[in-house]
Amino acid sequence: MNLNQIVADLSYFIPEILLTGVLLMVIVYDLLQKAETSIRAGYLALGGLALTTLAVIGQDVSSPLGIFSNMLAVDAFGRYLKIVVSVGAMLVMWISFNSNELKNRRVGEYYILILTLVLGMYFLVSATHLLSIYISLEMVSIMSYLLSGYLKEQMRSNEASVKYVVFGAFSSGILLYGFSLLYGLTGSADIFEIQAALAAGTAPPALLLLILIMVLVGFGYKIAAVPFHFWTPDVYEGAPAPITAFLSVAPKAAGFAIIIRFFNVVFSGDGNPNLESWSVLENMNWQAVIGVLSVLTMTVGNVIALQQSNIKRMLAYSSIAHAGYMLLGVVVADQTGISAILYYAAIYMLMNLGAFFVVIHIKNAFDTEEIEDYKALGYRAPLLGVFMAIFMFSLTGLPPTGGFVAKFYLFRALIEYGDMYFYLALIGLINGVISLYYYMRVVKAMYFGKMEFPKKTHQAPLNVTILLALLAIPLLFAWMLGDPLSAYAQHAVQFFIK
Amino acid sequence: MDHLSSYLVLSAILFSLGLYTVVTRRNAVAILMGVELILNAANINFVAFSKFVTHNLDGHLISVFIIMLAAAEAAVALAIVLNLYNDRGHINVDEANSLKQ
Repeated sequence: MNLNQIVADLSYFIPEILLTGVLLMVIVYDLLQKAETSIRAGYLALGGLALTTLAVIGQDVSSPLGIFSNMLAVDAFGRYLKIVVSVGAMLVMWISFNSNELKNRRVGEYYILILTLVLGMYFLVSATHLLSIYISLEMVSIMSYLLSGYLKEQMRSNEASVKYVVFGAFSSGILLYGFSLLYGLTGSADIFEIQAALAAGTAPPALLLLILIMVLVGFGYKIAAVPFHFWTPDVYEGAPAPITAFLSVAPKAAGFAIIIRFFNVVFSGDGNPNLESWSVLENMNWQAVIGVLSVLTMTVGNVIALQQSNIKRMLAYSSIAHAGYMLLGVVVADQTGISAILYYAAIYMLMNLGAFFVVIHIKNAFDTEEIEDYKALGYRAPLLGVFMAIFMFSLTGLPPTGGFVAKFYLFRALIEYGDMYFYLALIGLINGVISLYYYMRVVKAMYFGKMEFPKKTHQAPLNVTILLALLAIPLLFAWMLGDPLSAYAQHAVQFFIK
Repeated sequence: MDHLSSYLVLSAILFSLGLYTVVTRRNAVAILMGVELILNAANINFVAFSKFVTHNLDGHLISVFIIMLAAAEAAVALAIVLNLYNDRGHINVDEANSLKQ
């Protein structure tokens, strides 16, 4: 490793450099603004992020490689998830411009924190070294703590933030201790060298299991998997609604990225996830552990969601359940499972952000978050009602929406993988039926039951309508789009290996 | 090798104390102190393994980064806890339950 190599690697690092530049520019620009005009910093941040996204899309990943002594990987897998999180962040910034919660306050640093969070996620989805994994995970976490407590004069918001920081710091501490044991056991911090050392098979299985559990505490907390989900409902309810939407989508996708990369390299037999058939480390059955975790996650999420009356809280539990579905794909340690997760992550981003954006707008217009108050919404605000219904159908996974196509790919991967996995798919299906109840409760409140018909209907502002249409239309046509997007997701299953 | 095991025992003790603190204490600052113990237990592991097992600087390097990140995390966490104090007049995590369970 010499200086020339570092300089040469910089050319593969352009999106991150660009994003850092934008970040610094927004900070300076924000300093020049008064509180009333600080929203302009947000516009600048959105423009800069759009530019960065273009740079990510334009990145050449045909030959995956590791940069900075294999600290980070530049590969199709990382690029796909970078695009997903950037698009998610841009949509969230857009809705934040319309959020009443953020009116009448200085918002420059809000957008700066979002940009930093995105930068952290760029690192997280491409990290291939224990140190870079830990640093990027902390970068994402610390920004999330700050953003969830952004409305600092509101009791709910700072309570959410305290709970988040206490759980988060604790679980990342456990993760780090697990990493330190892994480092001692294998004598390296590079995930490829760790794999090579583990594949020799001399490591005691009990210690490996302990390390697996410690690592799962850290990663599971990031994706809100049961039993590390306790923070989720409180944080999602207390945080500003656009941030809740963001946290339920982007850091979750990034968390899945690191789980996939870490498990399919470190705990695999040959350490090569680009082969046709993958193998699993012999003396440790991590697929069973993740399978149990996934069943627990979706069942607990769905069952508790049934009892919620606050829609943000309901969506929080539903997002736990969706993490469970996605974990099913991790159990399938081969290309179809991973491409199903990648497809699911993109579709889930559209539908979950859509549902949250409707919630944000209803909160702006009618000042309520209770499902009961969505009564007759389909008639009071016809367009919003239709959009909400589409998002709810899609989250349930009913055909012909995108949610159905995504679940179909996931279950197909499971069934093709082996007979035993058929039962996991069956449990997933039963969970889909349970979730029907609470999603349809929202639709029922909007369209059915006793209600009086309003004289005047409410119309959402044009830019919110466009935003919702942008999210809803791809979901409706996903069964047609299914193939190009899933083909793209399949191409994205290309990892850097040493 | 004997030296290594004494370091590992020390770090395991620190880790357990940290875990115990986090689980039993209700004061937000005390919980953060427990987390700090866990992080430092990991630090000791990294440095000890680096010295006795791998004989290179990787572990030392990682522990320096951890110290820095722990400081950053503590700064943010304390700011958030301070905010809770300004709001409620206490920093008891148990009583922060205005969000529905």
